[in-house]
Amino acid sequence: MDFADEAPKLLMLLYGLIAFVVVVGGLLLLLDVVPTWFARRREAALLAASTAAAGPATTAATVRARRRRSVVNRREGGFGFFFLLPALLLLAVGLVVPAIRTVVLSFKDGNSENWVGLRNYTWMFAQDEIFRVLINTLTWVIVVPLAATAIGLVYAVLVDRSRFEAVAKALIFMPMAISFVGASIIWRFVYAYRSAEYDQIGLLNHIWVLLGGEPQQWLQNPPLNTFLLIVIMVWIQAGFATVVLSAAIKAIPADVVEAARLDGVNSWQMFWRITLPSIRPAMVVVIVAISIATLKVFDIVRTTTNGNYDTGVIANEMYNQAFRFGQTGQGSALAVFLFVLVIPLVIYQIRNLRKQREV
Amino acid sequence: MTTATTTTAPADAKRTPTPGGTAARVRRRLSHPVATAVSILIAVLWTVPTFGLFVSSLRPEDEIKTTGWWTAFTNPQFTLENYQEVLFGRSASSGQLASYFVNSLVITIPSVLFPLAFASLAAYALAWINFRGRDWIYIGIFALQIVPLQMALVPLLSFFSQGVSIGDVTLLPAWNLDDEEKFIQVWFAHTCFALPFAVFLLHNFIAQLPKDLMEAARVDGATHPKIFRSIVLPLIVPALAAFAIFQFLWVWNDLLVALIFAGGGNEVAPLTVRLAELAGTRGSEWQRLTSGAFVSIVIPLIVFLSLQRYFVRGLLAGGVKG
Repeated sequence: MDFADEAPKLLMLLYGLIAFVVVVGGLLLLLDVVPTWFARRREAALLAASTAAAGPATTAATVRARRRRSVVNRREGGFGFFFLLPALLLLAVGLVVPAIRTVVLSFKDGNSENWVGLRNYTWMFAQDEIFRVLINTLTWVIVVPLAATAIGLVYAVLVDRSRFEAVAKALIFMPMAISFVGASIIWRFVYAYRSAEYDQIGLLNHIWVLLGGEPQQWLQNPPLNTFLLIVIMVWIQAGFATVVLSAAIKAIPADVVEAARLDGVNSWQMFWRITLPSIRPAMVVVIVAISIATLKVFDIVRTTTNGNYDTGVIANEMYNQAFRFGQTGQGSALAVFLFVLVIPLVIYQIRNLRKQREV
Repeated sequence: MTTATTTTAPADAKRTPTPGGTAARVRRRLSHPVATAVSILIAVLWTVPTFGLFVSSLRPEDEIKTTGWWTAFTNPQFTLENYQEVLFGRSASSGQLASYFVNSLVITIPSVLFPLAFASLAAYALAWINFRGRDWIYIGIFALQIVPLQMALVPLLSFFSQGVSIGDVTLLPAWNLDDEEKFIQVWFAHTCFALPFAVFLLHNFIAQLPKDLMEAARVDGATHPKIFRSIVLPLIVPALAAFAIFQFLWVWNDLLVALIFAGGGNEVAPLTVRLAELAGTRGSEWQRLTSGAFVSIVIPLIVFLSLQRYFVRGLLAGGVKG
């Protein structure tokens, strides 16, 4: 590494930090100084007015009071506006307008020149490969949340209040910190393949051969390969499920557990009759959250197979269409389709979260 | 917390019988061989792949490519050469990850700071400043969490590369960013995409601050900027930390945004982009992939393990980033 190569980047970082200080500090300073200045001027003006027109005192006083009230409100509004300004501006430029443009683009052709109506949407279902992508996405969305939540739940119940709970939870939670790219490389190494005459270096093939199988090119055999990619996502998300569900289990009122215990239930009944019903809302939240994350999964597929061997998913195909094949219309249509799939899940999630807060 | 209550003196346990009783019962259940076996099996399954990668990254190239990493225990041969090569190697195929590591840092730091500042300002305004339409703006920002970032990618990229024009009238010129300047568009994109969730999460915390506190400050003549700076900010440090960790992990581990807005060159692209590229073009060069993956994992792992408390609190308070 040459330091000379890195210097411009660090300079950019410095510029970025300076911009940050100037923008945020400047905004706060502006909001601090300017209203004070105006307030002083207004006070001075009021003072001058009151000394000049001492005559019709009663009406002037009421008018002034009313004016002052409206001034206070206006000033509040001004503060609100400036506090919100950066966020609203960025959201408009970076999210709202682009999202609307994407919807528009999805009705146009690859160069965004001619209107094509709904052709991009019918294309999705007509083309075999793309239909395959939709089926794969469906498989992901069904399997990942259920598997991750089930494993997370079992693990949370098993390690709950054991002596090694903290360490045990940290172990399963750790993959949350690893990037999807890193996780994909970790698992590619597990799935690695060498032909039968050599020693295997991938753990899965090693075990497979020990059990008497022929070494497999795991990632190239559909439909099994999609499930092997799903394993990676489950591996990442189970920790999230464990942590949230474990917190929910700890929140079960102690007297409920105690009462059940006095009634003589065994641990199996305890799990099905007490634990599971008590943490149902938390489970719904976890399942939906993982579903949303799964719908958008991109990195895993891209790093392991790049969507080859029938493993593509919507987010991956959207990237390929829009940024590799230059088919902006089809890519946009896939993005809109993804959006439509996410909407009901998010609405359901919001309603659940709100219900939970109320309880 | 709960383990503490179970290990206290018997007198204490008598006063709070339930936690001790439950714990004892659960202990009994855990000692059930099947339960123990299952939990150990899950723990092993979740750690062995990472452990295997780590062991491999320390083995010589020939060894990695010809024998499984588990043989390293019977025939130990370890070296740091892979890391040397993948970080600082000169040849084009070696990875040159040190350079990408710097890129990841340069991308991540402002991408955490900007949304943090803008979102806390906005969240404060939405919670404590009275103005018309406040609730509608909050609902609007909240609803934006629905929009997957895939919806914004194509137009946002063209916004940077072609500017904004209606017909022939140019409203905004193209940004024309080259080389290092592309960091700006990556920061911009990350900041925009982070805002809805950030506002939501911080609003949850800020809105729960006691009303009396705010009113007392107003009565004492403090203006909103003053209240924000000297009262609200110190009180919401845990929430700020939670979001900062979220956003740090998100940006550092992101591939999609970086691929589109940073390009592939070593001027701007972060570690994830380079690693994905290595995995694609040199998928069997395990000596580089293993050590490279570990280089990218180590920083988030440190951040995560040292600040896990805040992260978990944020998770439980705000749901998940959309």
